[in-house]
Amino acid sequence: MDIGTIAEKLKLKIICGESRLGETVTGGYAGDLLSDVMGNSKKGDIWVTRQVHQNTVAVAALKELAAIVIVQNASPDADTVQRAETEGVVLLVSAQPAFEVVGEIYRLLRGA
Amino acid sequence: MMAEKQGFGESFTVTGGDYFNAGLVSSRIKKLLKECGIPEQAVRKAAVVTFEAEVNIVSYAVTGIISVKVENGSIFIEARDQGEGIPDIESALLEGFTTANDKVREMGFGAGMGLPNIKKFSDTFEIESEIGKGTIIRSMIKIQE
Repeated sequence: MDIGTIAEKLKLKIICGESRLGETVTGGYAGDLLSDVMGNSKKGDIWVTRQVHQNTVAVAALKELAAIVIVQNASPDADTVQRAETEGVVLLVSAQPAFEVVGEIYRLLRGA
Repeated sequence: MMAEKQGFGESFTVTGGDYFNAGLVSSRIKKLLKECGIPEQAVRKAAVVTFEAEVNIVSYAVTGIISVKVENGSIFIEARDQGEGIPDIESALLEGFTTANDKVREMGFGAGMGLPNIKKFSDTFEIESEIGKGTIIRSMIKIQE
C-alpha cells in the first residue's frame, strides 16, 4: 500500500514530501525513543511517533523510512519541516492518538 | 561541521551540545558511502553506527571527530571525542543503562541504547575511555555483496 493511500484513509495532514506519496509502505514501527527506532525499524516502515523535533528527520532519512506520522495533532517544529523538505522525508500529522493510528495502519497493511 | 580529506576516507567534526545538527554528520557519511558504491545493507549499518556515535558526542563530549574509511572489503568507523569519558564501560554497554540528563531524554535520546546499537550493527567493536579525557569507539562493518 502506498503512503498516499494510508494518508487518505487515516485523514492525515500532509506537511511535506508530497512527491513521495506513491511510494510503498512495507511495514510500520512505533516509538518515541530515537535509538529504538534507529535500531529496530526497517527500510520502508511508516513511523508513528509523538516526537516533533528535527532529529526525527535524521532518523527517518538514515533508515530510509517511508514516512513519519506525528500523532495527537502535535505540530512539527519549523526546523523539522525545513529539514524534512531538504532531506525528502514525508511528514504526516494525525489528529488521533498513537494507539488508534497504529491500529488503523496495521489493519490496512496486514488486513487484520 | 567540516570535512577534511585524509586520502583513505573522510573525517568530520561533531560539536558537543549541538543537538540541532545531530544527524548531519552521519547523513553526510551515508551519502559518501552510497556514492562509493557500497551495498545498501552495509551503508544502513554504518548509518546506525555513525548516528549513535554522533549523538553520544553531542550529548556527552565537548567535541569529537568521526572518521570513516573503506578498506579491504570493510567500512572502518572511528569516533574519538574530548569529553567526560565513561566511568563504567561494562554498564554503559548494557541496554537501558543511561547517564543522560533530562534535556537529552526529552529529545528521545538517552534511552541507554546508543552503545548497544553500535555494537549490534558492527562486525567488530572496540571502546576505550579515560575519565576527564574522552572516549574512542572503533567499529568495523564487513561489506558483503
